[in-house]
Amino acid sequence: MTDHASGPDEQPESRRDFLYLTAGLFTGAGAALALWPFIHSMNPSADVLALSTTEVDISPVEVGQSITVIWQKKPVFIRRRTAEEIEVAEQEPLADLPDPESDADRVIKPEWLVVVGVCTHLGCIPLGQKPSEVRGEWDGWFCPCHGSHYDTSGRIRKGPAPTNLPVPKYEFVDDTTLLIG
Amino acid sequence: MMDIGNKITRVTATAIVAGLTLIAGTAGAIAAGDAESPESQNWAFNGVFGKFDKASIQRGLQVYIENCSACHSLEQLAYRNLFDLGFNIDEVKEIAAQYEVTDGPDEFGDMFERPAIPSDRFVLPFPNENAARASNNGAFPPDFSVLAKAHPSGPDFIYAILTGFKDEPPEGVELAEGMNYNPFFAGGQIAMAPPLFEDGIEYTDGTAATVQQQAWDVTNFLQWAAEPEMEDRKRIGWKVVLFLLVLSGLLYAAKRQTWARLH
Amino acid sequence: MSAHTQPSGSSGNGLVKWIDSRLPVFTYLQKEYGEFPAPRNFNYWWNFGAILTFMLVLMIFTGIFLAMQYTPHVDLAFDSVERIMRDVNYGWLLRYMHANGATFFFIAVYIHIFRGLYYGSYKNPRELLWIFGVVILVLMMATAFMGYVLPWGQLSLWGATVITNLFSAIPLVGDAVVTWLWGGFVVDNPTLNRFFSLHFLLPFVIFGVVVLHVIALHVTGSNNPLGIDPKGPQDTIPFHPYYTAKDSFGLAIWVTLFAAVVFFAPNFFGEPENYLKANPLVTPAEIVPEWYFLPFFAILRSVDFNVWFIDAKLGGVIAMFGSILLLFVVPWLDRSKVRSARFRPIYKWFFWILILDCFLLGFVGAHSPADQVFDGVEGLLFIDLGHVGTAWYFIHFLVLLPVLGMVEKPKPLPTSIAEPVLGGGQAATGAAAKPMEKA
Repeated sequence: MTDHASGPDEQPESRRDFLYLTAGLFTGAGAALALWPFIHSMNPSADVLALSTTEVDISPVEVGQSITVIWQKKPVFIRRRTAEEIEVAEQEPLADLPDPESDADRVIKPEWLVVVGVCTHLGCIPLGQKPSEVRGEWDGWFCPCHGSHYDTSGRIRKGPAPTNLPVPKYEFVDDTTLLIG
Repeated sequence: MMDIGNKITRVTATAIVAGLTLIAGTAGAIAAGDAESPESQNWAFNGVFGKFDKASIQRGLQVYIENCSACHSLEQLAYRNLFDLGFNIDEVKEIAAQYEVTDGPDEFGDMFERPAIPSDRFVLPFPNENAARASNNGAFPPDFSVLAKAHPSGPDFIYAILTGFKDEPPEGVELAEGMNYNPFFAGGQIAMAPPLFEDGIEYTDGTAATVQQQAWDVTNFLQWAAEPEMEDRKRIGWKVVLFLLVLSGLLYAAKRQTWARLH
Repeated sequence: MSAHTQPSGSSGNGLVKWIDSRLPVFTYLQKEYGEFPAPRNFNYWWNFGAILTFMLVLMIFTGIFLAMQYTPHVDLAFDSVERIMRDVNYGWLLRYMHANGATFFFIAVYIHIFRGLYYGSYKNPRELLWIFGVVILVLMMATAFMGYVLPWGQLSLWGATVITNLFSAIPLVGDAVVTWLWGGFVVDNPTLNRFFSLHFLLPFVIFGVVVLHVIALHVTGSNNPLGIDPKGPQDTIPFHPYYTAKDSFGLAIWVTLFAAVVFFAPNFFGEPENYLKANPLVTPAEIVPEWYFLPFFAILRSVDFNVWFIDAKLGGVIAMFGSILLLFVVPWLDRSKVRSARFRPIYKWFFWILILDCFLLGFVGAHSPADQVFDGVEGLLFIDLGHVGTAWYFIHFLVLLPVLGMVEKPKPLPTSIAEPVLGGGQAATGAAAKPMEKA
């Protein structure tokens, strides 16, 4: 400091320091709190969150058919599995799976498989929903981007994807209505 | 001496400026046109402590749905917004399901109709402005979403219009074909016929449905529709302003403390 | 060369020293904002530099986050703004801060400018500093105008239509220029898109000119309420902690006022009509610009007569732009060598009259020219007030400033800043009238 500041202090040093510290802390706390609205504005907004549940009428789906519905702007695969598909999925020894999970843990009713149709490798949409599309070596889904194969329970069997297709939170509102989310 | 003169100049100038601003305000009000100025009402949402009257807004929603929604859209609102009024999920679903929305395309590429759900926006009464004009004698019923903010007197204006219809125009006023006399509307003529009637609706909560009551409730509803964030805004505002006052006090003390070293 | 400079008085740790010897930012901060010698007699009108810096940063910050949610398309812009108000988390807060931020930015900048006019801050050697300031003002106006178009309400559209049409007054190429500005035959989607782009860009240009403004300030040093130069260390104090403390306090008061408006009266300064969606087929009964443009709008409309070969339309445009561009040459119009109005007994009065004149013009700008000022008083129309106000504005700068400099006898100046500050009321006595300190 220059000699301007060298006059006799009227307040004891400690009281002055306390004042500066408090003022500084208040300013800092205020600035930090003021950041929150900015950060939070980038989180999903109310209109986006409103789409976080989807009701699906599954009555028109025949055995062996699949439909794709949109939930949180992501495709969800709903497949009404045939008896063989269910059997294959249930009989599969867990030891053969890269991400071991039993079929029973992945369905509510064995006839209905509901999985998020986004490849767990890098986010592509796997093929296999339409009869004309390739379903991969395990007759489930096949991701064309980097060749991941999923089985009839949506579990990863071969390829770079690390985990099974995730099962979204869902429930049966009644026999023909599914509520996802 | 010089300092005192300086102060006097400053005070005088400030007074003149303040006076002029005041004149500007009153003259502005006088010059506002040929419509009668609406009377100020004692709304629950007025003032820095104001809150919404939820019961009135719920009744206002009923007035809107039964009396207004056939012509006036509410395009910025979604049915899910009604949760804020205290409706539960089943009630909101029921309100939404009264309306049909066009969705699609389905797997065959066709658009289809389905009942509205809470995440849908309020269904529009007309597909576009031309359709609205065609059905309303050439007039365009304005959207209601921010109407309460779109007029200088906002809610007072809406209430005055709704309660201000006169059966007969005063002497010398010639109404155009299909127009109605309302002294609060610019020009005194409004295309809308009086929309509210004594017992025109039956309130679900048993309140007597006078014209005044319905106008009051629907105005409360429209004010809420225009700024649903108001209660949050004022609540946060108090915290922020009180915090800043304390901070200002602290910084003033710190400033004095600092400058005390100079003497 | 600067590699050897140590941050003077800094108790910097190893990392600070390591960086500083390679890029002397800490030395710079210490020199320009730490020990920087500032006149010891600033009053609170000198707070507005710090306040304006804060406002610019706040506007850029809120603007960037709003731009993440906004859609610049005529069919979606209004709805996207309403979505920000309703659905985006704290979106209403961001938008109200941004909209009222513009208002508070202009209040602060006008106070800052009038501070400069009162204390003669534009005079030798601070002419270039002042010119940068006027450049900032012009850029701010352009930015604010284009920002107001973005919500695509009725006044957005019609304000843009009226203001861009001003350029059609340019002889020969006017219409071509306007079509080029619009990117079409009316204000439409291409216009909205380019305004959004420029509204995003210009604040960063402003930031750059602010840097130049501050650099120029630190070369000449600040003016002060007495308008005389510091003569030695007894006249100055280090910027930190004295003015950092004072600026912090002033800024806190300012932000408190700002918060009160944002949270409790967020639409007070706005025009209600802009909450109606833009409609290209319906013009509002009256097109009123934002309050900070009202005086200039009044000048535009006050020229309702032809001058020689210049018709009223072009004349109004020239007068309006002239009233702003005039500020560039104020340092040369004012012939007085005394800076502070404290020592200019006549100028001081005319300064306050100019302020009244600007309020008068703002008042006129808010009303239709053909309306009566007072009900029942026949004959006095707003256009008459506009004529008087506009004439006075130009007389002040073009006639009074040069003439006063020659005829006014200034009061004696104090011999130093320290004397009146430390010596109480005896300041002015005995000091000879020294027109101007050596720069």
